Amino acid sequence: MKSFRRLVYPYMVWAALLIVAPMLIIVLYAFTVGGNDVVPFRVSLENFVRFFSDSIFIGVLWRSIKLAIVTTIVCILIGYPAAYFIAKLEGNSQAVMVLLITAPQLINMLVRTYAWRGILLNTSFPAEVKVYIGMIYNFLPFMILQIYTSLAKMDKSLITAANDLGCDNRKAFMKVTLPLSVPGIISGVTLVFLPAVSSFFIPKLLGGGSFLLVGNLIENYFVTTGDWNFGAAVSLIMTVIILISMYFTRKLDYDKEAR
Amino acid sequence: MKKKFDYKKLYLALILFFFYAPIIYVIVFSFNDSRSLTNLTGFSIRWYEKMFRSRSMMESVYYSVLIAVIATAVSTVVGTIASIGLSKSRRVVREVVTQVNNLPMLNPDIVTAIGLMLFFSTLSIPTGFGTLLLAHIMFCIPYVMLSVTPKLRQLDDNLAEAALDLGCTPFQALWKVIIPQIKEGIISGALVAFTMSFDDFVISYFTTGPGINNISTYVYSTSKRINPSINALSTLIVIAITLILIVMNVIPMIKQRRKRNEEIM
Repeated sequence: MKSFRRLVYPYMVWAALLIVAPMLIIVLYAFTVGGNDVVPFRVSLENFVRFFSDSIFIGVLWRSIKLAIVTTIVCILIGYPAAYFIAKLEGNSQAVMVLLITAPQLINMLVRTYAWRGILLNTSFPAEVKVYIGMIYNFLPFMILQIYTSLAKMDKSLITAANDLGCDNRKAFMKVTLPLSVPGIISGVTLVFLPAVSSFFIPKLLGGGSFLLVGNLIENYFVTTGDWNFGAAVSLIMTVIILISMYFTRKLDYDKEAR
Repeated sequence: MKKKFDYKKLYLALILFFFYAPIIYVIVFSFNDSRSLTNLTGFSIRWYEKMFRSRSMMESVYYSVLIAVIATAVSTVVGTIASIGLSKSRRVVREVVTQVNNLPMLNPDIVTAIGLMLFFSTLSIPTGFGTLLLAHIMFCIPYVMLSVTPKLRQLDDNLAEAALDLGCTPFQALWKVIIPQIKEGIISGALVAFTMSFDDFVISYFTTGPGINNISTYVYSTSKRINPSINALSTLIVIAITLILIVMNVIPMIKQRRKRNEEIM
């Protein structure tokens, strides 16, 4: 049986090359600037200084974080009732609803966003609102399905018990259902916040060129200007922000469980 | 008793309307007679004709399918083999590989994408079909492993041991004993891999080269101009996915019915 161990070795080489090495190269690029004929590059913090000393870049970063937070909150507010109502349906209708919500997601995200462009073309919404609609449209299904999964797993007799012990429906919801669905909300937040903060084609297709997010900044520096060092630094900054926010979201979950 | 107004169903109906509105819009406007994306002027199939005549559009469909098929096949085989090896490995190795696999699944796509782009450029590998395919295989394998690994954990080690004791070669033990028991995990892993690959835009956008577009990168590259034949293309995708969903949901039903009939007989 131990001979089977060897089966993983080729994949370890592959993963080191195609998963680990690219991440290291991003870090390398972020902490260097292009050199001259004598030295190909030199180590420097220049990219980070440039980012944090420019109010335009800080503005773009702040806008992305705000957009991701608002999108996540709206997805919870719209998605929670939806998930709750689905969980209250009969078994068969539940499965049908889940299928109906999953089905559009199988269509390319880009194609669906392109469709919204047509719909929003004859509205006079400001660019920001259009981008929000696109974001919520693309990420709401993740939230609904995650919350629904945690609600469906819940033991229904707990509610009956709470009612028997004198809780009215509202109190039973606040004390039993809501706390038990927190893990679903947390995984929903992970699935919405992360792609929302790094998104770049939704703002580009729906907001026109005017609505710039961190993702667009990275795209511009890699595709248009070709300043890869600065682009790598921007994506490193974004990754660190995501890691920090994920850490706090997860911590919220663990604290809850620990109690 | 008067029936209470069912606001729950209304709410769910509104949610579904929100999810399906753009799809309905695309289908309706794909038959529009004019270029306009806002006014319906009459029925025509000219955008479908234009789509089938457009070489670049047809090529993008071809590449999307081809890449998804190859990436699914390769990542399913490699991912399954790697998972089996991993399940027999030491704990440290398991932890490390799992963490590394988490990287592309948890990192934003754009970070994975530029990492690969810089990697290919560092090794001076010219971008194109090959790099696009490598990138897709790379991000599909972790998903396959994620769905195969739980099945391996449920596996009874004694069965493979028994097969070896009874004279099976390790390969036979793998093929005849282990694989059949983790089949479900392999199939669902392959399905996830296929959808991930077929839907991908961000990683494809940064790792493909000149002249090679999948559907996503094609739509993105032409999105500056108004091009209603993209509506026609979208409609075809919607029809294809609907057909696949129907088949996937109907086949198990027929199988179940047949089984029941056999039991009765």
